[in-house]
Amino acid sequence: MTIFINILAVAFLLTGLVSFLGGAVGIMRMPDFYSRLHPAGKLDTLGIFTMVAGLVIYNFHHLSFGMVLLSIKMFLIVFFVFLASPTATHSIVDAGMRAGLRPWTKKKEKE
Amino acid sequence: MQQKENEKKQAGFFSFIITFVFMFVTWIILSGYFEPLLLGLGVVSSLAIAWFFHDLLFAGATVQDVKVFLRFCQYAPWLIVEIIKANFHLLFLVFHPRMHQLIDPHIIQFQTGLKSDIAITTLANAITLTPGTVTITANAEGGFRVHAIDRQSAQGLPGVMRDRVAHVYGENR
Amino acid sequence: MIYFFSCIAVGLCLIMILPLYRCLMGPTVLDRLVGVNAIGSKTVVLLLLIGYLYERVDMFVDIALAYAFLNFVAVLAASRYFHKRKGLYEESFME
Repeated sequence: MTIFINILAVAFLLTGLVSFLGGAVGIMRMPDFYSRLHPAGKLDTLGIFTMVAGLVIYNFHHLSFGMVLLSIKMFLIVFFVFLASPTATHSIVDAGMRAGLRPWTKKKEKE
Repeated sequence: MQQKENEKKQAGFFSFIITFVFMFVTWIILSGYFEPLLLGLGVVSSLAIAWFFHDLLFAGATVQDVKVFLRFCQYAPWLIVEIIKANFHLLFLVFHPRMHQLIDPHIIQFQTGLKSDIAITTLANAITLTPGTVTITANAEGGFRVHAIDRQSAQGLPGVMRDRVAHVYGENR
Repeated sequence: MIYFFSCIAVGLCLIMILPLYRCLMGPTVLDRLVGVNAIGSKTVVLLLLIGYLYERVDMFVDIALAYAFLNFVAVLAASRYFHKRKGLYEESFME
């Protein structure tokens, strides 16, 4: 049972790490500011979700009432991030549109 | 006139109760202590906040909104599965060596026909959370402008997601 | 397992370098904001992992929650502040 919990937690944590790495690489490689928001806003959300899920699974080692409360508190962070991350992304996009940044398109590159 | 006033008062009382329960549950989760003094302090502060702000957080909530909440609980796991499925597509794009030929950013516009503010907000959040698409603007008539990163992720819009959100808020017409 | 947690924490710190480059070198102010947001969301998980390393998770969860709130408010305020600064960008198509 212990080894099973450990394997599950490690798998979740590594998935989250890969997703965070994807977000960071996406921020580096994408051509313009609007497409940079795609990896920044969403792969980070998925990364937080999977990593916190892995840590909550690790919590099952010492099962007690305090630990259950702690896990609920951790999922409160995830819930808040799921609400806040689209709002922050939308706010940045809105700022870009109002400031008049032109979106990068493929056709413009060919000309 | 008298009846309308009465209904208004009732709705205010219901949203007061909902706000109080929400605040108190949050207090218990965040504090984690169960001594009578601390619980009493929690009750007092939740009552004060519910008294002052009951028209802010759940304004005009009625008993029927409990059904909406239950349907929302069914909708949330579907959304999470959808996010995880779509994220792998974005991961594939990001790590692809010839990414600049694969992506094709463009802006699409469509009309959804959703009425209430909360339905439009939920749909905008869901579109932003699903990778490949970011909501740029959403106006009160249900018109959306969406920035999509390639043609494939833009195809599914509005489609299934709009129907799900409309079902949650009972706007299937 | 604690050893594995510290490895993950070091990996997160290494990943943070990439958005930091975007923060320092970003062509526009909003690019820097995107980088700051990405670093903040990694820091939330890093705080939880530090809590496991010090065996005081109950304390560090509160710090992580507060950091998530603070990150959100910072991004919101900064983007609201910068959306009127038209002169900051080199190209502008809306006049």
